Amino acid sequence: MQAMQILINALVLGSLYACIAIGFSLVWGVLNVINLIHGSFIVLGAYLAFGLYQSLHLSPWYAIFVAAPLFFALGYVIQRLILNRVITAPVLVTLTLTFGLDLILNNAMIYFFTADYRKLTLSPPLGSVSIAGAVVPVDRLIATATALLLTGLLYLLLRRSRIGRAIVAVRLDRDAAVLMGVHVPSIYAVAFGLGAALAGCAGVLMALIFPISPLTSSAYLGKAFVVCVLGGLGSVSGALAGGLLLALVESVGSTYLGPSHATTLSFLLLIIFLILRPQGLVGRKGFE
Amino acid sequence: MTRSNIALLILIACVAALPLFGGAYALRLGTIACMYAVLALSWNVVGGFAGYPSFATAAFFGFGAYFAGVLMGKGWPLAAAVVAAAIAALIAATLLGAVLLRLRGHYFAIASLSLAEVLREVVNNATDLTGGGMGLNIPLASGSGVMAEATFYFYAMWGVMLLTAIMVIVVAQTKLGFALNCIRQNETASSMVGLNTTLAKSIGFGLSACFVAAAGGIYAAWVHYIDPSDVFDILYSVKPIVMALMGGLGSPLGVACGAFLYLGLEEVVWRNYIQIHTGVLGVLIVLLLLFLPHGLTSLRFDRLRRRAKHA
Repeated sequence: MQAMQILINALVLGSLYACIAIGFSLVWGVLNVINLIHGSFIVLGAYLAFGLYQSLHLSPWYAIFVAAPLFFALGYVIQRLILNRVITAPVLVTLTLTFGLDLILNNAMIYFFTADYRKLTLSPPLGSVSIAGAVVPVDRLIATATALLLTGLLYLLLRRSRIGRAIVAVRLDRDAAVLMGVHVPSIYAVAFGLGAALAGCAGVLMALIFPISPLTSSAYLGKAFVVCVLGGLGSVSGALAGGLLLALVESVGSTYLGPSHATTLSFLLLIIFLILRPQGLVGRKGFE
Repeated sequence: MTRSNIALLILIACVAALPLFGGAYALRLGTIACMYAVLALSWNVVGGFAGYPSFATAAFFGFGAYFAGVLMGKGWPLAAAVVAAAIAALIAATLLGAVLLRLRGHYFAIASLSLAEVLREVVNNATDLTGGGMGLNIPLASGSGVMAEATFYFYAMWGVMLLTAIMVIVVAQTKLGFALNCIRQNETASSMVGLNTTLAKSIGFGLSACFVAAAGGIYAAWVHYIDPSDVFDILYSVKPIVMALMGGLGSPLGVACGAFLYLGLEEVVWRNYIQIHTGVLGVLIVLLLLFLPHGLTSLRFDRLRRRAKHA
């Protein structure tokens, strides 16, 4: 009974974590950039959903269709105008640059939206259902399904479409991709745009479940770090595996040790994985 | 000793004369300037000499602040607590370095970033010892006047800065500095020719943590109250990098100048645009990285001269 509840909670949380991390992982894998704006993109997406619901009564599931193109454009422009100039620089420079961009975006959000916590409450509330003896709120269930759907869509995009194959080709071997006629700068921009779009959509889903504040962005970013390292970089299956593992560890940890130790546990897990298995659960070795 | 290292020591000596001229505000700024210089010079050992993108400065700063703070709460005198914190950080970082520095590039950056997160969570949860999220009050030292106390902390921080500068200069001139330089250029090759890279990196990491922890301890005593989100602030990891990038990576003089310059900019921004100061800091970082990636020392006069010749 309790085990079932823990398992289902972990499943719900895990698919959301995968959705948070997948754009981050794509950018890290393809562009070789640790994208610290990711957390703020997620929060911005949550504000978008909140604003649309407050002003136009647009349900968050429709807000995704607004968020995806907007964030794609935002990411595309940021990569094209700013990141692309330092893309070949060492990690210190690219990381510090995205940190600077994150400071700007986060400060702008605090300035315009204030640091108050807000919550998107659906009226009427959706209630909850019980599955195999475990209680799950319906809004969480919908968010989980949407998160899995987005993950699946990205997988299909990378597998089936021309642009997706080009992204994978650049990730595997940049130089060979250039020789095959792939225009690398535009692939970089598309990959970064996709990462931003996924962050925006993840933010919309987060708005359904968690309170919204600019101050939460670093927590999302931390989750994305851990998921990427646990699962392995740059692959959809890696993000999914990492997300589920992290959620399982957190659910079990917070049940038996108390919620305050869950974060410590997840970061300890991160450091252990970095040392013993830096390629992650499903990643391949030597694949930086 | 090279000319730029002599210039660094002269610069530090000039800073010591500050209390003769300024009031309380100048003393406060001077203390922060010394603290920033300690962080930036220390980071330079790992980030500049060895070329490892370390984001662990905040972790050691917070570690030192809490280690010294808890000891002072138990009645230890300031000097003993700070020295104990520095030694503890030296040992902890050397051991940690042996493990963490096996990672390279992005993975090392992430691991060092998470170090601060782990420590913050540990401090947050160890409520009995550290006060957790409520923070830690550090007892006032003595009943001496405000100005005397400000001057005392200024000189304490200045002393740590002087020690850090001497450490950096000594490291740069000994075999250790040479080894770290080799590691930056090609780690695999340097271990092939018989350099114990793990040992060199670990000692470098330990030395860079030691003085940061001392600065953290003095900071804790200076402000009398610390809490986890303050001393483990990720900005303490990023600021030294920005300072080093401003002044020019690797050169101790450049890094120290970068620290002072950064403080000046920060103070101006903070005073005039309090609500958007982190945003302005972000703009500054972005502009610096896009247009001046090799720091201010790359702005040489010979470029002007060359341009003049062409004209």
